[in-house]
Amino acid sequence: MPKEYQLESMPATASLSQWLKNNFQYIPPAFITLILLVGQFTFGILDSYMTLVAAIATAMIAEIILARIVLGTWKNLASAYITGISVGILIRSNVVWPYIVTSLLSILSKYVFRYKDRHLWNPSNFGVSWMLALYSVHVAGLSIQWGSNLAAMSVIWILGLLIVNRAKRLHVTVTYVISFSILAYVRCLITGDAFLAELSPLTGPMYQLFIFFMITDPPTSVSTRKGRIIVAVLVAIVEFVLRLNNLIYAPFFALFLVGPVAKFFDLRSIALRNRKREKPGVGPGSVA
Amino acid sequence: MSPKKYTRIAVTAIFICLLAVTFIASRNNDFFSGKNSSRQKEAAEKAYGFYLEPVNKEAGISFRHIAPEVDPKLNNIKRQIASMGAAVSICDFDNDGWNDIYFTNSAIGSKNALYRNLHNGEFEDVADKVQLADVNRTGTGVSMGAVWCDYDNDGFKDLLLYKWGKPELFKNIEGKRFEPVTEGGGLPSWVNANSAIWFDFNNDGLSDIFIAGYYKEIFHLDSLNTTKIMPESFKYANNGGRNFLLKNTGNGRFEDVTEQYGLTSTKWTLAAAAADFNGDGYPELYIANDYNVDEFYLNRNGQRFEEKGREAGVGHIPKSGMNASFGDIANDGNIGVYTTNITEKGILIQGNNYWQPRNERSAEHPSFVNLAQISGIENAGWSYGAQFADLNNDGYMDLYVANGFISAKKNTSYWYDYSKVTGGNSAIIGDAKNWPDMEGKSQSGYEQDKIWLNNSDGLFEDVSDKVCPTATYDGRAIAIADLWNRGVLDVVVANQNNIPLVYKNQAGNSNHWIAFDLQGTVSNADAIGARVEVEWDGKKQAQIVTGGMGFSSQNQHRLHFGTGKSDKIDQVTVYWPSGHTDTIKNPEINKLHIVKESKPNN
Repeated sequence: MPKEYQLESMPATASLSQWLKNNFQYIPPAFITLILLVGQFTFGILDSYMTLVAAIATAMIAEIILARIVLGTWKNLASAYITGISVGILIRSNVVWPYIVTSLLSILSKYVFRYKDRHLWNPSNFGVSWMLALYSVHVAGLSIQWGSNLAAMSVIWILGLLIVNRAKRLHVTVTYVISFSILAYVRCLITGDAFLAELSPLTGPMYQLFIFFMITDPPTSVSTRKGRIIVAVLVAIVEFVLRLNNLIYAPFFALFLVGPVAKFFDLRSIALRNRKREKPGVGPGSVA
Repeated sequence: MSPKKYTRIAVTAIFICLLAVTFIASRNNDFFSGKNSSRQKEAAEKAYGFYLEPVNKEAGISFRHIAPEVDPKLNNIKRQIASMGAAVSICDFDNDGWNDIYFTNSAIGSKNALYRNLHNGEFEDVADKVQLADVNRTGTGVSMGAVWCDYDNDGFKDLLLYKWGKPELFKNIEGKRFEPVTEGGGLPSWVNANSAIWFDFNNDGLSDIFIAGYYKEIFHLDSLNTTKIMPESFKYANNGGRNFLLKNTGNGRFEDVTEQYGLTSTKWTLAAAAADFNGDGYPELYIANDYNVDEFYLNRNGQRFEEKGREAGVGHIPKSGMNASFGDIANDGNIGVYTTNITEKGILIQGNNYWQPRNERSAEHPSFVNLAQISGIENAGWSYGAQFADLNNDGYMDLYVANGFISAKKNTSYWYDYSKVTGGNSAIIGDAKNWPDMEGKSQSGYEQDKIWLNNSDGLFEDVSDKVCPTATYDGRAIAIADLWNRGVLDVVVANQNNIPLVYKNQAGNSNHWIAFDLQGTVSNADAIGARVEVEWDGKKQAQIVTGGMGFSSQNQHRLHFGTGKSDKIDQVTVYWPSGHTDTIKNPEINKLHIVKESKPNN
C-alpha cells in the first residue's frame, strides 16, 4: 500500500514542480499582487484604486502596442504588469496623470534604450527615478505603507526571499542587503546618527519592492552570478554615496546609474565572446 | 528607410517629448512662487478688494512666543518636539463689544498675554492684571492653546487652557479678573493636548469639553525616563494620547464620559471641530489626526458617538491632519471641513482636504467628497491652522492657511534624515533616540502662509504674495475677527517661537456685510452649535458658532457675512442647538446684530 501511495503522489508533486518551473514568470506578479492586496485590506495602502488601475493599464497597453510596432511580436504581459503595479505602489501623487506618464515612460524606455536587442534599464526603475528626480512638484515616493509592522514585514521578507531564491536571484538580494547593512554602519560612523537610523530604510516597504523586484529583475541583470554580485555591491556603494548627499530615493537612483552600465558591458562582453567563438581558428583544414 | 525605422524614430520622439515635458513642467510649477512681487497696497486693494497690513507695533502687541523646553534626552529632535504651542483665541472677555486677543506661551516661566481692546486701534496686555499670565509653571505644564466659553451661563466667557500638562479652567468674574476653578472640577490631571473645543454634545444647555491628547498622558515631556515616546508608524499610529470628553454637569463640575460615549481612540490628535452634519440637531465631531486617518464621530442623539470615518469617506487615507475648520465655499448652505496636511515637493505630497458633504443635511449618515484639488486649495506646504473668512466682503469665503514647520538654519533640510526613520519599522521610529540629530537644520521652514481668494466659481486664486508683505514665520494658529469693529475681518496668526502677525484688513471696496452675535437662552449661553443661514441675491451662506476650530485657535464669537454689492438681505435663519429656529426678515445691512434666542413657545 505505501508503495502504491508513493506511486500516485510522486507524479503530482513532480507535475506541480514542473508547472511552477514552466510558469515561473507568473509567480512574481502574483507575489506583488498578494503584497498589494494584503496591504490594501489590512492598512488601506492605496490612496485610490484609480491610480493603480491607470498605472497597470497604461503599462500593459503600451507594452502590447510597442512590442507589436517596434519588435513585431506579441509579448507576455507579466513584465508590464509588474512595471505598472510597481509604479502604482512606488510613486505618490494627488493626481492620476503622473501614474500614466510614469508607466508610459517606463515601458517606452524598454523600446528606446536598447543594445544588442536587449533593454538596459529596469523599466519601472527608469520611470520612477525620472519622475522622482525631475517631476517632484507632483510626484513623491512611497514613504510608508505596511504600518511599520514587524509581522507584516516578516511575512513579506520570507515570501520575497523564497521567490528570489526560486528565480535564482537570492544571491543578488543577500549581497545587496549585506552591503547596505555594512555601509549603513560606515555611514553611521560618518554622520554620527544611530546605526538603526541608517539601517531603518531597509525595514520599509520601498526597499522591499526594490530588493525583491527591481534589483533582481532578470532581463536587466548581468549574465553571470559573479557579475550580479559585483553589480549588487556597486549599487549599494553608489547608493551609499548618494545617501551621504541626502538623496532620499538613493536606491532607485543608484540602480538607475549602475544597472544600465553593467548591462551594457555585460552584453558587449557576451557579443565579443560569441564573435571569438564564431571566428574560425587555426586547425585542421585551415589555410595558414 | 524602412517603416520599422520610422516607427522607432516616432517612438523615440514620443519618449523624448515626455521626458522634456515632465522636466520643463516641473521647473515652472512650484508651490511657492519664490517671486516677491508684492504689489503696492493700493494695487492689491484695487485688484482684490483688501490688503492685510501687519500692525503689531501700532496695535501695541509685543508678544513673542517661546517654545517649550523638553527633556535633554530628546535634544537630538528638540526643535521637532517643541514645535507647537503658539496659539491664539479671540474673545470679548469684558463684554465691551470689542474683540480681545489671547496668546499662549509655552516655556516654563513664560507668560501668556491677554490683549484688551482699547477701542482706539491699540491693545493693552492685561493678562497679569486679570491673572491669566503666569500659567506656565513647573508641575502644571506649559500652554498649548486656549478656548473661551461661558460654561456656567453667567454672561461672561470663561477660559479653558489646555497644555502639555494639567488643563486649567478659569472662571471669568464679570470681566474683571479670572479665578482658577480647576481643582475639584473634574478635569484630567495631565494631558499632552494640542486641541480642545467647547461644544454642547447633548444639547442640555451646558457647554461640554473635548480635549484630545497628542503624546501619551503618561509622559511629562520635560522630564522623561524613556525616549520611546514617538509614533509607532508614520501613517498608522495608535499610540498617541487619549481623548477626554467632559460632560458639564452644571455645578461647576465636569464628568469624564469618554468611554461611555465611545471616544476611546488613541490616535495623535491635533485638531477637532464640531457641527451638526446630519440635521438631527446634535453636533458631530470631526477629529484631525497626525500619523493616521482622521475620524468622524456621528452623534447619536447626544447619547453616544460612533466613529464613521471610513463610511463618511474621510477615514481612508492616512495623512498628517493638523486642522479642522468649517466653511461654506459655494454659498449653497453646505458646510465643509478643511483639514491641513503636509506637502513638500518631491518628498511628501499629502495635500490638504476640503471635505464637502455629498448629501443633504437630512441624511442620516453624512458622507464627504474631497474638493481641495478641484478648488485649487490643496497644496500649501507644511500647513497647520487654517480658517475660512470673507476677507473682501464679496460674499464668498476665502481661505487663510498657516505654513512652515521649522525655520532654523537657512538652506538646510532635515527631510532626508526624517525620511530615514519614518519609513522604518515601528521599533525604530517609535524611539526618539534613533532619530538623527537635527543639528539646527530646517524642515519645511521659511514657508509663506497661503491666502486663497474665493473667485465665486468654485475656484480659489492664490494671492499669498500679493495681499500682504512677505512673511515666512512658522505659522501655527489662525484666528479671524473684526478687531476694530469696522465691518471687515482681520487676521491674527500665532507663529511658533516668534512674534504673532496681527493683520489689519485694509478694505479696498465698498462691499456690504452683516454680522450676528448669538446669545442662547434655552441653548447654551454662547449658542455654540447654532447655525446661521443668510440668504441674499439668490445665495445662501451658512456658518456655525463654534467653541474653537482650526488648529489651537478660536475665531471671534460673532459670525460675519460679506454680501458684496447687495445691500439687501432677504432672510436670516438661526437654528439654535435647542432645536428652536428664529427667522429675521430683511435685517439691516452693515451692522452687527445681537440675536437673543427667543423662547420656543414664542
